[in-house]
Amino acid sequence: MNTIKKILGVVWIILAPTLVVLMFSQAFKKIGEATAGIMRTNTILQWSIILIIFIPISIGLIIFGYYAAKGEYEHLPESSDEL
Amino acid sequence: METTQPKQSIFKVIGASSLGTLIEWYDFYIFGSLAVIIGKQLFPADAGASALINTLAIFAAGFIVRPFGALVFGRLGDLIGRKYTFLLTLVLMGGSTFLIGLIPSYSKIGYAAPILVLVLRLVQGLALGGEYGGAATYVAEHAPAGRRGFFTSWIQTTATLGLFLSLGVIVFTKNMLGAETFADWGWRVPFLLSILLVVVSIYIRMKMHESPMFSKLKSEGKISSNPLKESFRNKANFKMVLLALFGATMGQGVIWYTGQFYAQSFLENTVKLDFNESRYILLWAILFATPFFVVFGSWSDRVGRKWIMLTGMLLGIVCYRPIYQTFLDKTSTEVLTTASITSETEPVVKRELIKESNDSLITTSTFKQLSTGAAFKEVHAETRFNDPGKTAEVKTTLIDKKLSNSDFWLFVFLVFIQIIFVTMVYGPIAAFLVELFPTKIRYTSMSLPYHIGNGVFGGLVPFIATLIASYGGSTPLSGLWYPIGIAAISFVIGAVYINNKIDENVND
Repeated sequence: MNTIKKILGVVWIILAPTLVVLMFSQAFKKIGEATAGIMRTNTILQWSIILIIFIPISIGLIIFGYYAAKGEYEHLPESSDEL
Repeated sequence: METTQPKQSIFKVIGASSLGTLIEWYDFYIFGSLAVIIGKQLFPADAGASALINTLAIFAAGFIVRPFGALVFGRLGDLIGRKYTFLLTLVLMGGSTFLIGLIPSYSKIGYAAPILVLVLRLVQGLALGGEYGGAATYVAEHAPAGRRGFFTSWIQTTATLGLFLSLGVIVFTKNMLGAETFADWGWRVPFLLSILLVVVSIYIRMKMHESPMFSKLKSEGKISSNPLKESFRNKANFKMVLLALFGATMGQGVIWYTGQFYAQSFLENTVKLDFNESRYILLWAILFATPFFVVFGSWSDRVGRKWIMLTGMLLGIVCYRPIYQTFLDKTSTEVLTTASITSETEPVVKRELIKESNDSLITTSTFKQLSTGAAFKEVHAETRFNDPGKTAEVKTTLIDKKLSNSDFWLFVFLVFIQIIFVTMVYGPIAAFLVELFPTKIRYTSMSLPYHIGNGVFGGLVPFIATLIASYGGSTPLSGLWYPIGIAAISFVIGAVYINNKIDENVND
């Protein structure tokens, strides 16, 4: 199980930036497709919200993956003395 | 554990915490429940479909700011105590909700309308971000070991009951005032009503005592001087915050919002059910399913929290698409238009001139009653072009659908099933989060993953799912890939990394 945790840690490290790249590519595509004027403004607003929110979360997933790959989750703390 | 303050019955504690939390959820959800009407009131008339999406963006803004509320009020709660912090959140929530009800419409004050609502919506989000962590922590710190899941699950019912109350008040107000008056100004009534509920709740909470564990910490001089730093710069604790988010609250958040909010939005806006019909379905499903929060919370005290929560996620992943496909199949145009008609109204014809082009739009509406007991409004929209060289375009849609009795109860059952998944992921999670973190930074540490998981991942389900489903090439079910994908990632992380061992001791 510890080996699986570490392997999956690498998966999360790869997954997070992949999702960010996908989101950026979708954002550019949809903004480009939107007709100029209020529709394009709305599309920019919507995708800006999504990107501003999910980029920090993706960084969190990378950090999680890094800790997992290092084996930091092999043992979870069982009391506050361990924190 | 010694404390100088009087002992409070655990049920008084649950009652005081739950009532205020329920009202805060009610305040928050009436906005989402009225998104369609508010979109028409707040935005220019020709904003089209984007009005709904922009309103949902404001809805999402209330959710996105929740993690910041969690940080601000979580820190306050760990510094000055649980009780006074969530008195403050209640005042902020009640005040901002009441003021939303007073904002003039776009036609009167222009863009000031959506801007004012956005500001107040952000205040709502901040307040809610501080509320839940405080209430769950407060109850958990009074609960005896071995029963924490059971007692905190009562707090877990409040979000769904807040939704129930919001839907009930809206349906009642609309039926009393009539659809037109409701759309005009009656939608404000649920917002204005909340101030009465908040005043009662503040009165009850003022009489409560501080959490005994926090009081003990304070008397021993062990309060954290910087709970934010201890929560997130302490690597050992930060790792647990990340695990709580990605392995639990992220998946729990999308399951919660899909099974309730997205279900209602889908039935109203995609299936095109009648306004009241979609809400009655949710009301019944909530009524039947709510006791299961306590069932699963209690059961988690015996078998552990982890696998109950993860099973709820897995069932959502597997069952969402078949459930929503059934919603579509039972109300498809083919099914409705091939059934025999028992009566229909005289067509109501409306003619409008499309200003920009001088084309004409002629809308003919007929309400049809079927032998099955179902009904719908058939709308033919014919666009006659000013240019004689262009052929008229006709589009027929079926809206305001009502179900046959058997289909109504089938839909109630299918939403009930989704809410059962909700009770599985949400019932145990308060106890789960409380047990992960020490008392002195508990409010801060548990609030952030909870509100990111629910506020961000969950709160954005209607927004992102509607956005995905609106793009060319997508199907009505395409939006479900978002909650399914997020829940799947959370399931894998939770299954592999989370420990099922219950920490009996939260007095640390």
